[in-house]
Amino acid sequence: MGQIDLFPLKLSFEVAGCATLLGIVVGFPLVWILSQLKSPWKNTLESCFMLPMVLPPTVLGYYLLVALGRQSVIGQFFESIGLPLVFTIRGAIIAATVVSIPFFIKTGLTAIESVPQNVIEAGRVLGHSEFNVLLKIIIPLAWRGLVSGIILMFARGLGDFGTTLMVAGSIPHETTTMPIAIYNTMLAGEPGKTNLLVIIMTLAAFFILFVLNGLSHRFIRQHDLTN
Amino acid sequence: MRLVMDIQKELPLFRLNVSISTEQKILGILGASGAGKTMTLRCLAGLEAPTKGHIHLNHQVLFDAERKINLPSRKRRVGYLSQSYALFPHLTIAQNIAFGLHNMPFSEKKERVQTYLNQIQLTGFENRYPSGLSGGQQQRVALARALAPQPNILLLDEPFAALDDHLRSQMEKYLLEMLSTFEGITLFVTHNVEEGYRICDELFIFSKGAITASGPKETLFTKPPTYTAAQLTGCKNFSQVKRVDAHHVKAMDWGCELEVESSELSSPDFIGIRAHHLDFPNEITNDNTFPCWISQLREGPHRLSIYLKLFEPPQSASDYHLQAEVFKETWPTLKEKPFPWYVHLSPQQLFLMKADSLHA
Repeated sequence: MGQIDLFPLKLSFEVAGCATLLGIVVGFPLVWILSQLKSPWKNTLESCFMLPMVLPPTVLGYYLLVALGRQSVIGQFFESIGLPLVFTIRGAIIAATVVSIPFFIKTGLTAIESVPQNVIEAGRVLGHSEFNVLLKIIIPLAWRGLVSGIILMFARGLGDFGTTLMVAGSIPHETTTMPIAIYNTMLAGEPGKTNLLVIIMTLAAFFILFVLNGLSHRFIRQHDLTN
Repeated sequence: MRLVMDIQKELPLFRLNVSISTEQKILGILGASGAGKTMTLRCLAGLEAPTKGHIHLNHQVLFDAERKINLPSRKRRVGYLSQSYALFPHLTIAQNIAFGLHNMPFSEKKERVQTYLNQIQLTGFENRYPSGLSGGQQQRVALARALAPQPNILLLDEPFAALDDHLRSQMEKYLLEMLSTFEGITLFVTHNVEEGYRICDELFIFSKGAITASGPKETLFTKPPTYTAAQLTGCKNFSQVKRVDAHHVKAMDWGCELEVESSELSSPDFIGIRAHHLDFPNEITNDNTFPCWISQLREGPHRLSIYLKLFEPPQSASDYHLQAEVFKETWPTLKEKPFPWYVHLSPQQLFLMKADSLHA
């Protein structure tokens, strides 16, 4: 058992965690903008943001490679500041963010749009700025949906395989996440190792989701007094 | 306080065209559903922007289309109370009332919240959440929340519509108490004519997006100038008329000539009389007294509605000219009278009206 390398597991959680944080930072403003837009703009943008859910990971990975690779403006810029993106953990984080962010946007948007308009208007009439209304009314009332979106985003980021492989490759002890490590051991004809990694991944994923769900339920119970 | 409002707004079904200029404290807005009452309040609150026009409150410009001024809601100092209480479900009662007091020092804020909790008799409820309160209590909190920041203008959009009769009269009491110390202007939208009359000083009658009549409530009830104004203030009896001379008109729908008091209207379109103003003499002693038969009776808790057919017995229950209302106590003596009865339409109680023009 000494041969089992748990670095991929650690890396997977790091990547999923960072992708979740990045997803919240980028995703929340997008959710807000979408909630303020009216069709057809809203429909167009929402469809664009949902694309990663339906595109094959290879297609998505290819787009990201083109956008972030050494030939691209973005890639060159990050390379020049010493932080290359492709075939690094940063690339893996970006890939995981892109595949998982639609889950946050979709659930977050539904949550924000379900906050009653008359309650939002009451906040405005009582002298609060749009930012205050967002902070003090909309986010607290949409909290349940936002938290679900964050958990879904984390779960999706944890399990990503194809897109991460396309963008970050499989460099041992650098970019080999758990799903990729499992694929590698299977290709190498090591069924014992594969089985073990699959079980570890399943248990770890279950454990972390169990904890996250428990925390969010407790949090929601404490803060949700709407019923 | 002075409110000057002259706005137009294109809406899918009609064009809102409202002009109000007043210094009265409590203004009532009466009108059928979809007449533009709520939209008018929303324009005042800054929740909707009119297409044209201006709104001034005490020399402060809230909206001016030409000067491209549209003050956001948060800067208008408006209190808004709608039929759906719109309380913040995640905040306690005290936090709800304090929500509009965010620029106030803590101690002052606490004191203000306490004052309003006392006024709405919900002391001790400050740490509860709205979901733990009854409908009437929630509406009291919403009223306190709207008034606590001491707005310049209070907009009440059918605030009692979702409450039952008993709670309605209780809320009316709270409202009148709180308004007695409120210095701003109140706009009160209601469907309930009697409530409007009790609460307001001046009334505006809305029809299809425009004000068809306005004035002190007493005048509007005794001499409503238009058909809609009469209808919305509860008048049940109408007939088209043609003027015969200065003191006589021919009521076409009722098939009779009536003596009327002198009126400024040289060519009125309608004549009307309220159901409780009809009286029943024993014989023809005056002008405006006609033989009549009962077509239908309807019993209310305190009053009786009697549907009358003039000059001949009715063919069916829906064949009638006039609707009279009498207290139940008078019915036992009334019903002993032989037919035909005689109904008297007193010239002092009859009023002449125009059909609805768009501007009063």
